[in-house]
Amino acid sequence: MTASMRVSAIHFAALSRAALAILLFAMSTMAWAALDAGLVKAIAFGENDAKVDAVTKLGASADPAALELLEALMAGEVQTAGERVLRVKDDRATDAITGERVAPVPDARDDIILNNRLRREIETALAALRLVSPNPAVRREAAKTLQNGADDAVLPVLRKAIAAETQADIRALLELSAARIELGSNDRAVRLAAIRALAQSRDPNTRSLLAPLLERKGAEFVEPDAEVRAEAELSLRRIERRFATGEMLGRIFTGVSLGSILLLGALGLAITYGLMGVINMAHGELIMIGAYATYVVQNVFRARFGGVFDYYLVAAVPVAFATSAVVGMALERTVIRFLYGRPLETLLATWGISLILIQSVRALFGAQNVQVENPAWMSGGIEVIDNLVLPWNRIAIIAFAGLVVLLVWVLLTRTRLGLFVRGVTQNRGMASALGVPTRRVDTYAFGLGSGIAGVAGCALSQIGNVGPELGQGVIVDSFMVVVLGGVGQLSGTIVAALGLGIVNKFLEAWSGAVLAKIAVLVFIIVFIQKRPQGLFAIRGRLAES
Amino acid sequence: MMGAAEPAIALRQPRGVPSVPHEVTAPAGPLLASRQPLLTPGGWMAFGVAAVIALGIVPLLNLAFPASHPLHISDHMVVLSGKIICYATVALAMDLVWGYTGILSLCHGLFFALGGYMMGMYLMRSIGTDGVYHSTLPDFMVFLDWKAYPWYWSFTDHFAYALALVVLVPGSLAFVFGYFAFRSRVKGVYFSIITQALTYAFMLLFFRNDTGFGGNNGFTDFKRILGFPIHTSGMRATLFALSAAVLMGMFLLSRAIVTSKLGRVLTAIRDAESRVMFCGYNPLHYKLFVWTLSAVMCGIAGALYVPQVGIINPGEMSPANSIEIAIWTAVGGRGTLIGPIIGAFAVNGAKSWFTQAFPEVWLFFLGLLFIAVTLLLPRGVAGLFRTRERA
Repeated sequence: MTASMRVSAIHFAALSRAALAILLFAMSTMAWAALDAGLVKAIAFGENDAKVDAVTKLGASADPAALELLEALMAGEVQTAGERVLRVKDDRATDAITGERVAPVPDARDDIILNNRLRREIETALAALRLVSPNPAVRREAAKTLQNGADDAVLPVLRKAIAAETQADIRALLELSAARIELGSNDRAVRLAAIRALAQSRDPNTRSLLAPLLERKGAEFVEPDAEVRAEAELSLRRIERRFATGEMLGRIFTGVSLGSILLLGALGLAITYGLMGVINMAHGELIMIGAYATYVVQNVFRARFGGVFDYYLVAAVPVAFATSAVVGMALERTVIRFLYGRPLETLLATWGISLILIQSVRALFGAQNVQVENPAWMSGGIEVIDNLVLPWNRIAIIAFAGLVVLLVWVLLTRTRLGLFVRGVTQNRGMASALGVPTRRVDTYAFGLGSGIAGVAGCALSQIGNVGPELGQGVIVDSFMVVVLGGVGQLSGTIVAALGLGIVNKFLEAWSGAVLAKIAVLVFIIVFIQKRPQGLFAIRGRLAES
Repeated sequence: MMGAAEPAIALRQPRGVPSVPHEVTAPAGPLLASRQPLLTPGGWMAFGVAAVIALGIVPLLNLAFPASHPLHISDHMVVLSGKIICYATVALAMDLVWGYTGILSLCHGLFFALGGYMMGMYLMRSIGTDGVYHSTLPDFMVFLDWKAYPWYWSFTDHFAYALALVVLVPGSLAFVFGYFAFRSRVKGVYFSIITQALTYAFMLLFFRNDTGFGGNNGFTDFKRILGFPIHTSGMRATLFALSAAVLMGMFLLSRAIVTSKLGRVLTAIRDAESRVMFCGYNPLHYKLFVWTLSAVMCGIAGALYVPQVGIINPGEMSPANSIEIAIWTAVGGRGTLIGPIIGAFAVNGAKSWFTQAFPEVWLFFLGLLFIAVTLLLPRGVAGLFRTRERA
């Protein structure tokens, strides 16, 4: 407000001499590719609308001098001295129109004050001018700026830039901007052509351009022209067909990603549940402890080994495993051991443990979430096809989950401890009779399950918030995986986790996250009607009680 | 009340080497040798004293004595005890399914909250146009720019219909869920975990604004009930006495059930479900009956709870609340009917003291309570008295 008032004041002071000034400057020699004096004057002394108009024209001029002037204007280096417009930098002044050196620098100078609207216009104009830059990064940035706010004056520049552009992604951005401008045109033929051109677009954002054309407001369409609507619908359908594959793959990917997180959460649970027939309610908190262990390792690396900070996860994984495993074994030795054969009581006792663990973490680290940073190599993603970008951290977690499953599988099927664990899971009495130290196996297996929970926490810390309630959020889903997958075989847990992850994501796209969760729950209840022992129950004559 | 049941112990012979992790060992509760009276003469006496205190003395001390008088019971005290009495009703309901039938439910908090929400709907309707926006719609609907009540709000301005919903909604949810779960013989921890997931799903559902139950904030700012203003000492004392009467009625009903033949079958299902089946009973019907009844009891308790505390929100449905109910029952003593009531008073009394005096210690205490009770006091407080009786 004040800025524009000051501008007007300057303007009034100068207005009387304007005619004379223009005459003088028109006659002065133009030493270099001179700018249109009228435009420069308008920017310096004109009314707001005149300023905007002049900036827009400069933007469309594709003149390097215009670029320089506008950049200087944004940097606050353009000033007025009487009727002259000067570029002043480091005590050197040049005439903004002719580029001639002005010496000595006049003492009485006024700043040209830019309001927000003008700044926006200048940014757009700058972007249009930068489209011819030889540097692709500059062009990309400019193309992005032009996405919003470019008007038809820029259109010829855009067309020229599109024709000259060699980078596909920049061209896509430019085409979108051009189409956006053309869609707003008054000429029906131009609009129809733009809509048809958009059907070829490789940018997913195109849909947000076309969709408003088909919206209704009450009974009336927002767009009155029926032909435009029909054309828009056709283009939209074409685009959607083209993107359907990418979207489908993307959804499967996020489903697998969710599934791998569920798998990490449920794997340890399945081991302890399979072994002792007890659902460990504190499992979520063991995951949370793993995440906090990662946080501590990260802090140590930042403080001591800043140079190899990107590799802190290499140390964090074993530390998280060990921390959770030790806590888990301690719990088994002190509490759970005394409750064998009383699964419901164990459930309550482990819930009590989880409360204590949550409160302890709050006391140690505070109730707020803590910050766990991704290593640099995990940020960003890889573009597989047009509209499908797979983030590296998700890919890393899927691979990590696969690795953990492989290690657990080797441990359970190829080692002596694994043999004992499987034996105790299937028939505790018989295993004991054959000399398996069942008590010790219990402790180790519980430690293993808890350690896997810790590793899961390490993975979760890379994609979500780390706070005392972290475990509570994951645990219900992990339970569902165990219920669905059944006990005793890794394959059940894997299939259930991936299946639930993918089904969840597909339902989510269709009905929203909450309804998807409820639908999955209903599905599980119906499912266990058919197979009460889960997907992959060990068959045998295990008559219950 | 604790009938001597020594010979019945013989029923619980060793049942072979535990072979499966699913093995459910019965909690140590009393087994009944012969048909017991509803209450022993001593029991009736204690019952009468409780009735006089709850229905007569407490309201009288609250209403008739001025606040400065040493015998005065403060409004805060009345509301707190009224609240705990509702919790005790829930604990009693939990005991019927857990202590007597061996089903650990982790969704009793859900049934409680559903009953509360049904009553809350009536209370919201009776605010009338006194809300912040002076609309006939509740404030949260005005805020969401809704123009009319959704269909499931119809008739909720009638008190009788709201009362019917209080019974029917938790009851039918429990019936349908229980039918499918018990039919496929889901039991033990499996059942507990699925009930927990159910609670969790409902909590998420009620947190949504689109569900039409006030989302995050739930229902609050009630003004009147049946035309009477809700924030008066008289109304508080009335609701307190009503809750106490309901609890005592529920106690007698539960007592009648557990001393009946039905109760014997329930206990048998808890101890050895397969054997009950081999004897020709279908456990489904028995379990379903007691499960649904228990849910209805929770719903009624919730309906009494909401007007007293003046708010109901989805937080009541959190899985943690449901598990806490189990600990009230466990602390007091499963398999006895007085136990859960004692437990609800003890734990909630401790909670209101701790959360005022040492809020950060409360979760440690609660956690330790869970562990200590399951490890050291499997029969709860009531079990302590029982062993003393024997000795």
